[in-house]
Amino acid sequence: MSRRPLRTGGYHLVAGGISVLWLLPIALVLVTSVRSFDDVAANGVGSLPHSFTLGNFGQAWVDGGEFQAMVNSLIVTIPAVIITLALGAISAFALSRYDLPFRRTVLLVMLAGNLLPPQILLVPVSKMAEMLGIYDSLTALIGVQIGFGLGFYTFVLYGFMRAIPNEIQQAAVIDGASPMQIFWRIILPLTRPALASLSALAFTWVFNDLLWSITVIRSDTKMPITSALLGLQGQYVSQWNVIAAGSVIAAIPTVTVFLRFQRHFVAGLALGAVK
Amino acid sequence: MTATLTAPAVAPPSSARSRRRRRTLSPILLAFVLVPLLVESFWVFWPALQGIYLSFTSWDGVSPAALVGLGNYAELFGDPTFGRAFLDTVLWLVLFGGFSALGGLAMAMLFLKERRGVGFYRAALFTPVVFSLVATALIWQAIYQPDGLVNTVLGALGLDSWQHSWLADANTALYAVIVPALWRQIGYIMVLYLAGLKGIDPTLYEAATVDGASKWQQFTKITLPQLSSVNSVVLSVIIIDSLRSFDVVWALTRGGPYHSSELLSTYMYSTAFQSLRLGYASALAVVIFVLAFGVILTYLVRAFRDADA
Repeated sequence: MSRRPLRTGGYHLVAGGISVLWLLPIALVLVTSVRSFDDVAANGVGSLPHSFTLGNFGQAWVDGGEFQAMVNSLIVTIPAVIITLALGAISAFALSRYDLPFRRTVLLVMLAGNLLPPQILLVPVSKMAEMLGIYDSLTALIGVQIGFGLGFYTFVLYGFMRAIPNEIQQAAVIDGASPMQIFWRIILPLTRPALASLSALAFTWVFNDLLWSITVIRSDTKMPITSALLGLQGQYVSQWNVIAAGSVIAAIPTVTVFLRFQRHFVAGLALGAVK
Repeated sequence: MTATLTAPAVAPPSSARSRRRRRTLSPILLAFVLVPLLVESFWVFWPALQGIYLSFTSWDGVSPAALVGLGNYAELFGDPTFGRAFLDTVLWLVLFGGFSALGGLAMAMLFLKERRGVGFYRAALFTPVVFSLVATALIWQAIYQPDGLVNTVLGALGLDSWQHSWLADANTALYAVIVPALWRQIGYIMVLYLAGLKGIDPTLYEAATVDGASKWQQFTKITLPQLSSVNSVVLSVIIIDSLRSFDVVWALTRGGPYHSSELLSTYMYSTAFQSLRLGYASALAVVIFVLAFGVILTYLVRAFRDADA
């Protein structure tokens, strides 16, 4: 009994130490983002701050083009998330609630598409976008994000919808409800927790993506925030104060989504583990 | 939350037979399946087939692609950069994969029990997961600068001789890139293991304690076997993520210096979009696909089994 306070103290020492270690890089980037360039140049990026300014954020936001990039990112992310989930929900509904021919094969083919390494698609997708005249446009980026994500969302929603008891649906069928009504009035409302988790996840995935955006977007004015950050890295070489401010700005939307939907977000990630 | 999410694993009883009676192919249901399938075919399956075809060609993206048979694959064998990228990818898989699995499991065990402060500790480990890999890379690039945090700390400890330009040195670049990737991945794997550990029946441990089993025996005889399904998910996630790893390397080193941190994914990208050797790049992509294929297949088999168990 007398060893308990000691053990508790030891636990918090270790756990707290790990947490501090994990948060240290975040603290560093926050501190660097409010230091002046002269301070960073004179004392090094790793030193304690000797100055305070909010000018770096303005510089990254306006001169670094992050404002435009943020707008672009949201123009891509919001429709991509909504359309992918809508398509995933309808296919999951039809595949899970009705005895369609080849439904399992279709489901697994769709999931397989999501597991492919994207590298094999990069060249053909960029050439295809050129042929369609949508290369270097946000439309191409939205399209590929939808197509590539679809399989995973369909698969997760399938698992969810399949677990809904059949009696509910049968009652509706007896009352003369059409598949559309069953989907909209019964199945979709019951799938809301899964949809919430997947939206939070999908938002961060699409918003944080780099590979597709540097593959189909070329011009600076159309770049989403991730590739704009890379641009910032080239534009403000060793001006770590501005780069840090840019990184902080780029992280704000996903951190906001995470904090707002924390429960759903973590549950969504855990989906993979218990599937 | 997790409990409700776990539910789908169990198929509802008696549903199979009643479902069979409703074999009505209404057009709306057909559209519900076909529209998403067509969208995915257009953006994924068709390009994937084209990618395989392109790997047998020589193409600069402008003039027509010329079929060269297995020429690109033959060239891979004599390409030292490919060899380097291949070995680096294997090393990445072992180090990034191994440490994120071990670290994730260790953190999950440490932060499993609900007690004061544990919510904060979990959140601290999890926070990097929501950052983009580009932002992560830039944070760590500042840390690795010659006058950055790592060297400052080393200097303060009197270890000046250990100071380094971590990313510019071909001997350390790859390892320096793995650390930020791990910083972000461990929190993610921890969440997967937390969900798995919470699903273990606590009476198993109670029985083991009564029988006098040590903590280590409980870990090896109860925890690990009970985690087997989570382990296989983690393994698939790790392999697929390792082969996909691109952003953090691209943002930190572009695969350099002198290809010392080159992965197959970065080498493929630069071959395609900087050297404009689209056929050869497609062959590299096919190699990545073949490496991932086994994992994809086992993952699908498992998914198939669970989806309609």
